[in-house]
Amino acid sequence: MNATPTPAQDFLLSVEDLTVSFDGFKAVNGVNFYVDPNEIRVIIGPNGAGKTTVLDLICGRTRATAGSIRFRGRELTRMSESDIVLAGVGRKFQNPSIYDDLTVFENLEISFPRGRSVWGALRFRRDAEVRDRIHEVAEMIFLKEHLQARAEFLSHGQKQWLEIGMLLIQDPELLMLDEPVAGMSVSERKKTAELLNRIIRNRSVLVIEHDMKFVEDIAHRVTVLHQGKVLSEGSMEHVKNDPKVVEVYLGH
Amino acid sequence: MMQNDNPFLTRLDWLSLALLAALLLVAFPLGLDTFRLNLVGKYLTYAFVALGLVICWGYGGILSLGQGLFFGLGGYCMAMFLKLEASTVENTKIQSTPGIPDFMDWNQITALPWFWQPFHSLALTLLLVVAVPVAFALLVGAAMFKRRVSGVYFAIITQAIAAIMTILIVGQQGYTGGINGITDLRTLAGWDIRTDGAKLLLYFVNAALLIGCILVAQSVRRSKLGRILVAMRDKEDRVRFSGYAVASFKIFAFCLAAGFSAIGGAMFTLQVGFMSPSFVGITPSIEMVIYAAVGGRTSLFGAVYGTLLVNGAKTAFSESFPELWLFGLGALFIAVVLAFPDGLAGLVRNRLLPWAGRMLARGGKPAPVRPGMVTK
Repeated sequence: MNATPTPAQDFLLSVEDLTVSFDGFKAVNGVNFYVDPNEIRVIIGPNGAGKTTVLDLICGRTRATAGSIRFRGRELTRMSESDIVLAGVGRKFQNPSIYDDLTVFENLEISFPRGRSVWGALRFRRDAEVRDRIHEVAEMIFLKEHLQARAEFLSHGQKQWLEIGMLLIQDPELLMLDEPVAGMSVSERKKTAELLNRIIRNRSVLVIEHDMKFVEDIAHRVTVLHQGKVLSEGSMEHVKNDPKVVEVYLGH
Repeated sequence: MMQNDNPFLTRLDWLSLALLAALLLVAFPLGLDTFRLNLVGKYLTYAFVALGLVICWGYGGILSLGQGLFFGLGGYCMAMFLKLEASTVENTKIQSTPGIPDFMDWNQITALPWFWQPFHSLALTLLLVVAVPVAFALLVGAAMFKRRVSGVYFAIITQAIAAIMTILIVGQQGYTGGINGITDLRTLAGWDIRTDGAKLLLYFVNAALLIGCILVAQSVRRSKLGRILVAMRDKEDRVRFSGYAVASFKIFAFCLAAGFSAIGGAMFTLQVGFMSPSFVGITPSIEMVIYAAVGGRTSLFGAVYGTLLVNGAKTAFSESFPELWLFGLGALFIAVVLAFPDGLAGLVRNRLLPWAGRMLARGGKPAPVRPGMVTK
């Protein structure tokens, strides 16, 4: 699929020859992949394949040793984390990363895309637009009744939803989710899949997930990573029948 | 819906503010003699530092163990102006170089150094009292926070900077007055600051400035910036990956704390009549952290009460058992950290208010107490 090099502008995200080395160990080694607008791409692979590191590289948490990451024609490898967010890339972490000391409302408010500079934050007003948007999102993430609750009192699943809600408010063009259904009960998992199916419209999504049923449900294309390299890429059907993939991953 | 949940001051805040204003502006001036009132005024100048620490440490999670540095810089700026005014040619005609501060003359300095020149002007001095410490905080903050230095490493570096500043001041005695500091200050723009009347007026100016700073801190606390500080303390990475340049927010909190401390330092110089390196270094800096901790590190009002309580205890104890005081202070800090992590404010919030609510409930309907993070 990515055999012929195409000008980067055609893709929303182009990752080319991406390499990062930690003390000589190449966690990600010459990875290439391209994500189209409105595409849902799932990254799978065994533990230690470099999946989370790829997301860390895209969002600027880890700096690449070599290679390039272009998002809408802009080179992300040299931008600060906050500028990458402002460019339109949102990231959900593996463990729910929310603010325990703030209420659900305040958690969502911080992600509202306005007043992100020091002076902007000082002048920020909680107007009708902000409130309406927060209520709207709270309803989507099943937390409407908990807006005034401190986030630390939420259950694990609710915390995951809250973080997804924070990203929704942020409204990124590329949404990166790291194991969004890990550690959830069966009913929470079902609700989350439903939620994700709603929010992935009109944006590109990059998901890391182990739950194969879930991957089959949502993925447009799948990239399989193994030992820091792309092992296989294509539709779920294609990947499932790739002997290399069966050997290292699905066969177990 | 119920969304006017973010007023400038809640009812509890109003009550706390009224109580503090009554105590500082009415009860103390009426109940204390000039000497004691001046002493309280001196304590209250430390409360500015504690207030800054509430924003910087309590809210932002940035523990600075070098706030004495900013207190000192503000105080020295004020002292330099007062010293120049006291060092007229008339007053210093016995010196070999009349018209310069006495300690310069003793150190064979024959002309006023360049950095003393701006302190001839009162307007410029008032500006520099805040601008110099804030600019210094900006420099330190930018150097540290942009490099992601945080937590205990930041605390150690601030402590080192405070220590360096003390050594610098003591070592350069020709320019700074050395270990004795800048003493023998007399008048402010011709107005004698040593009289009882002046001390009373300065006490009120100090109290009013403190209340003003509390209101400024309150407006920061209740803005989105205040909530971002709390969020940063909790999950710095989440804030960063929500599109905020975390370093800028830390720098802001650190500069605000420096600005408050500097105002306190300048008021100290005016009320006490001198400034010396013993208010700049590690010991005073750590003591000021204890004031904020005792008061409750997330309570703006608690910072004032914590400062008054610890200093009151210090004065009372060190008069009777001077050698035991430091142990007492250490024990107090350990007790606060282990038993009352929210300090006095936590006691009021979690014990006194629910108790008062129950007492009131006996007479009328129950008074609900909002749980969670509110200032006392």
